[in-house]
Amino acid sequence: MPFFSYLAYPKPGAKQALLNDLTTLDHCEVMVAENEEILILVTDTADEKKEKELQKKLNKLKSLQSLGMTFGHTDEQTKDRQKE
Amino acid sequence: MDISRREFIKLVAAQSAAATAGVLFPGISFGAWEKLDLSSGRIKWKKTPCRFCGTGCGLLVGVAGGRAVAVKGDPNCSVNKGLCCVKGYHSIQVLYGKDRVTEALVRKNDKLVEVPLKEALDLVAAKMKETIKDHGKDAVAIYGSGQWSIPDGYVASKLFKGCIGTNNVEANARLCMASAVTGFLTSFGLDEPMGCYDDIDHADVFITWGNNMAEMHPVLFSRMLANRKSKGHIKIIDFATRTTRSSQASDKSILFRPQTDLAVANAICYEIIHNKWVNWDFVNKHVSFHKGKTNIGYGIEDHFKFKDKAETVDFEQFKAFLKDYTPEKVEKISGVSAQDIKYLAALYGNPDKKVTSFWCMGPNQHTRGTWINNLIYNIHLLVGKISTPGNSPFSLTGQPSACGTVREVGTLTHKLPHGVVMKEKARQLAAKIWNVPVTNIDPKPTYHTVEMFRALDRGDIRLMWIQATNPMVTMPNLNRYRDGAQKEDRFVVVSEIYPTPTYDIADVVLPSALWIEREGFFGNSERRTQHNEQLTPTPGNTMCNSWQLIEVARRLGYEKQFPWGRETHIEDIWNEYIQFHDNPKHRMAPYKVLQARSGVQWPFVNGMETKWRFNPKYDPAAKGEGFDFYGKPDHRAWIWLRPYEPAAESPDSEYPFWLNTGRVLEHWHSGSMTRRIPILHRAVPSSYVEINADDAARLGIVNGSKVKISSRRGSVKMPASINGRGIPPKGMVFVPFFDEKHLINEVTLDAFCPISKQPDYKKCAVKVERG
Ligand code: SF4
Repeated sequence: MPFFSYLAYPKPGAKQALLNDLTTLDHCEVMVAENEEILILVTDTADEKKEKELQKKLNKLKSLQSLGMTFGHTDEQTKDRQKE
Repeated sequence: MDISRREFIKLVAAQSAAATAGVLFPGISFGAWEKLDLSSGRIKWKKTPCRFCGTGCGLLVGVAGGRAVAVKGDPNCSVNKGLCCVKGYHSIQVLYGKDRVTEALVRKNDKLVEVPLKEALDLVAAKMKETIKDHGKDAVAIYGSGQWSIPDGYVASKLFKGCIGTNNVEANARLCMASAVTGFLTSFGLDEPMGCYDDIDHADVFITWGNNMAEMHPVLFSRMLANRKSKGHIKIIDFATRTTRSSQASDKSILFRPQTDLAVANAICYEIIHNKWVNWDFVNKHVSFHKGKTNIGYGIEDHFKFKDKAETVDFEQFKAFLKDYTPEKVEKISGVSAQDIKYLAALYGNPDKKVTSFWCMGPNQHTRGTWINNLIYNIHLLVGKISTPGNSPFSLTGQPSACGTVREVGTLTHKLPHGVVMKEKARQLAAKIWNVPVTNIDPKPTYHTVEMFRALDRGDIRLMWIQATNPMVTMPNLNRYRDGAQKEDRFVVVSEIYPTPTYDIADVVLPSALWIEREGFFGNSERRTQHNEQLTPTPGNTMCNSWQLIEVARRLGYEKQFPWGRETHIEDIWNEYIQFHDNPKHRMAPYKVLQARSGVQWPFVNGMETKWRFNPKYDPAAKGEGFDFYGKPDHRAWIWLRPYEPAAESPDSEYPFWLNTGRVLEHWHSGSMTRRIPILHRAVPSSYVEINADDAARLGIVNGSKVKISSRRGSVKMPASINGRGIPPKGMVFVPFFDEKHLINEVTLDAFCPISKQPDYKKCAVKVERG
């Protein structure tokens, strides 16, 4: 279960649009700064596949300038030597 | 509050973001969310520096039930103020790879077999004794790392230089930072940056020299972007040989032909003088002019020797030297338009703009690495933009403790923790602190890294102990050095955490404790020392590298020099080590202070950190008015006349492409750790060759198709990437080196800067074919 939190920076003047965009996405919870042009995004996806799908959707958001990650947690096991 | 584990983690995640926002935007308010209670005590949060790059972000690692379970940025650490990059956030997973090396292994009948740790340590000590007896003390060597914790490097130096009496001590930072060191020493007489990351919050202009910070120092790059966003007027200029994510995020991207940064830097100085932008007050009081030898060679042959000789010159000679570097002439050499050269010069020359230059591997991995470091300093010195907030020529480091363990402890053949082996006073101080006869310390340096592996190949070195690094992926011209290391009568000891190509050639593998499984210290790019306590238990029979060295030292008869107890040895080592730096130019913080804080910058004098050196306003060692470059006997910073000279190997009709190598955001160095972190591995599962779309079309190569890259030394096949995250210009290919399945260093050239002895991984000639 990957969990992440981010500071989400909207494009200039697009704070409300970004809030709208993010709240319509699954696996996302958003909180808006009352006095700054910034949002907090917390994501909670079931697995790596869902996480990737979400990342793709986030990358496409026109209202989003950038995301700065602030927290990460995954339960996934690491693998052994990556040989072909 | 009774909440599910899932809800709890989400709360922690949200709070972490809110805390970071609070640091970046003082007074920010998120309403009700901030009041959520997280005091359930289920997770204990402990500070540590990040294990990966030289940025040195502070992390808080959440530990529950003896396991590291979560990571957040440490808002108390001024480096990252709560932010982190993708490597940092997934860093704890590196502890839990399925194939972790947890037991000692010894090669028997050509197979590595598990043995009790004591047996392996006995064997290492016995082999060292035997090798010294049969072949002399200079037949044993240790090769360490900028990922060594500071105590590891310190005990390695004490054992090899102080006790055994050989200067066969090197570390992989030779491959990444040596030119930065010689650049600092030749220009200022003292190593490491005068500025600090706070420069990012003061500068108006950032110029990055061959430095893809968006991927290599992502948190610092984010800080630059955040400043640009909040202030509006800030400019970021990317000056590089290929287009990268950094170029895309910059205000302007300027591409130059490989090696010609030397010419462009001189042209910038020409323009500054031509336009009368010289800060004469600064130059007259604080600068002197010097020239060194030219046509200095490339070190491709064994036993290559070079010693520079400084000659004092004056400003008029400097001005005459620059006549060959008018913007128009340099446009022809570099491919950078005269207009862009003038633009860069105008940014540096504008007295109203504070300018910070950043660089890392581009200028350092360069056969004229020392020179290009000097030349960037020349620019800043001519306009007096140095040692004040926002005015900073800033050499970034790649590894988490290249500065702390290699440059400060001095784990290089010519160095001691204070001073160099050639100086009697430095040997005397070391002998006194180490409790060894001064005659033990050899006044002659032996081998720098490339020459050390050549010596192993030749048989001058018979036993090499490798810790915390993976040279069988990272050495240039790798085929030669791998064959050499496997010759009969060579004995290779590898302290490792996972199987790697270096592990594959080992005669003994010692299982190492990793990062937060042991107590230690790192030292980052801005002179910041960071302590971590042991946060999780050591798996199996793993042991920290320091203690492995101490065990062997005692078996060699050096109990007196290594008397410490297992529980307290890291603190004891720190207390001994800092005696070397007990002066206002380099005093380190006491153990207790480091334990309590998220990093402390040295010189630490009278309880105060030093943010800007050489400026009496901030630096207690600096005296007088304005500035005091006290590292040099004339108390001046040195401007050097350094010409443009071509690369060691350039494209020709047989090998018509430049090969440039480097890293990607998701992977750390040779990938032995990050390729075991699923999310990072899946993001970039294997290496690839970036090729320009025009070259690809001409050669019939499409995205993903197999390409063969060959040089005079070797070849490798890998998939093509066209218009991917990096775009090389026509005539260049770029390959990241993290992937042990595609060993690009079998292709690279082992030419190096004759002054720093650092190899150039950015330039050699290759042929590109459909594979
Ligand atoms: S920027 Fe470097 S130090 Fe910071 S989290 Fe990323 S890898 Fe770690």
